[in-house]
Order: sequence, then C-alpha cells, then structure tokens
Amino acid sequence: MTCADFLKELTDYLDATIDASTRAELEDHLAWCHNCYVICNTTKKTIEIYRDSQLYELPEELRSKLEVAILSKCTSRKRRSTT
Amino acid sequence: MAIIETKVKDAVTDELALVQAAKRGDVTAFEELVKRYDRNIFRIAHHITQNREDAEDVVQDAFLKAYENLEQFQGNSKFYTWLVRIAVNESLMKLRRRRSDRTVSLDEDIETEEDTMPREVADWSPNAEQLYKQGELKDILRKTIQGLPASFRTVFVLRDVEGLSTEETAEALGLSIPAVKSRLLRARLQLRERLNKYFRKPRAEKAKSDVRGLP
Repeated sequence: MTCADFLKELTDYLDATIDASTRAELEDHLAWCHNCYVICNTTKKTIEIYRDSQLYELPEELRSKLEVAILSKCTSRKRRSTT
Repeated sequence: MAIIETKVKDAVTDELALVQAAKRGDVTAFEELVKRYDRNIFRIAHHITQNREDAEDVVQDAFLKAYENLEQFQGNSKFYTWLVRIAVNESLMKLRRRRSDRTVSLDEDIETEEDTMPREVADWSPNAEQLYKQGELKDILRKTIQGLPASFRTVFVLRDVEGLSTEETAEALGLSIPAVKSRLLRARLQLRERLNKYFRKPRAEKAKSDVRGLP
C-alpha cells in the first residue's frame, strides 16, 4: 500500500466504515509510515476540534425572536389560506 | 442497544405525528419542530453563508418554506434531512447573492493534487487547541473554515459538525455517496493543512521527542 492509497481510504478509516481486511492493511501501513500516522492523527484531531468548538451557537434571545417571527408568519399564512 | 433502537424509533414516530398534525394546520405541532431544529439550522446556515444576518434570514425562510410545502414532504426521508436540504439551498442562494461575481454551487469539485497530497507533515502539540484562549481558538477555526470552497464546507459541516450520516448528507445535498466522500476527504485534509501552522509542535519540542524516540 502506498501513501496515496492510504489517503484515499482515510475518510472511511476515520469513520470506521471499512471492511476488516482493508482496515488491517491500513493499520499495517500506519505501523511503519510516520507521515501517514501523523496525517491520520491530526486529521482526526481537526474533526474533533470543529465538532466540539460550538462556533456558531444561536443565542437564546435571538432564538426566541426568530421563533416568534417564524410562528407569526406561519399563522398568518394559515389564516390567509383558510379564508 | 434495544433501548436505543426503541428510542430512535419512538422519536421518528413522534416526529411523523408532529408533521402530520402540522399538515392539518396545527401550528403548535410545527412550533415543536421549529424548537427541535432551529439551533441546528442556524449553525448550518452560518457555516455556509459565513454571515450572521444571512443565517438569521435562512432560519426564518427555511422554516416558512417547509411549512408552506409540508404537503410535498412524503415521509420517505426524515423531516430533519428534508429541512436541511431546504436550508442548504437557501444558504447557497444567499452566498450567490453576496458574491455575485462568483458562481457558488454544490457541484464545484476542484480536484487537484494539492487537495489530497499533504504539503506539510508536522505532528501537533498535545492538546494544541489549549494553547489558545477560547476566543482566539474560535477566530482561528472560523478563519480556517472560511477559506474552504462552499461545497467542501457544506459537506464537512453536515457530516462532521452536525453528525449526519454519509447517506443523509447525500440525500440532503442531492449528491451521490462517492461525491460526498470525495468532498469530505478534501475538506478534512484542507482544514488539517491550514490548522498546521497554528498547532504544529515547535521545532525544539519536536527535536526533543525525536531524540527520546531513538533506541
């Protein structure tokens, strides 16, 4: 297995959606290829950092405002469609 | 396991009941759906548009569009996946309007060697993210993800931030599963490459660990 082959499978490897024999081949490659080992670990870390970062949380105050606006529009549409 | 499966099934049944009630004109049932998903839709829209006001508009427009078109929802997919599809389309429209000089499409697939071949292989400091204060870290992460093409950013957000499955992501974006996987790989590798400059081990530390690793 080459490093390019390893990279092609990286997404499935990280998502654990890979068959046992390919997984064993990839892990064999990781055991001796330091570069792929580092890329695999740092990519995993990248995903974890973004997943845990809560970059764009909706503040409660804005949330309430949006909910009121959405529901009042829905109600007025309903009223219009039933009259 | 059985308990988890039952809970998931209950949640889906419960959701379908809410959708059915909303279809019959029950606004309270629709309100429950809004409360369930508005935070997720806001996150997705903000990630794609990279603009808070646009994200606010998308949340309103997507829910309103969903409400008006509930009859079109056949229940073949989850309501949430259907809603995400509407929100992604609204977000991309906003992005197109802002960048009228550039086409923004989920079909853009810029395949270059540099996407997949890492240029720099450096190990990161342990707990690299803790080197920065919360606010600084968020700025770095925002700046980094902003630089990705919209099609990669969208797939990354749905799969890795929101936790949709590959199949759900494909359905929400109208893409094939191989297309989702290809964009996801590129997105992950490009983000990793860009974060390298902030998180890689300082040289002295690297040298020390190299020496320690010697037999």
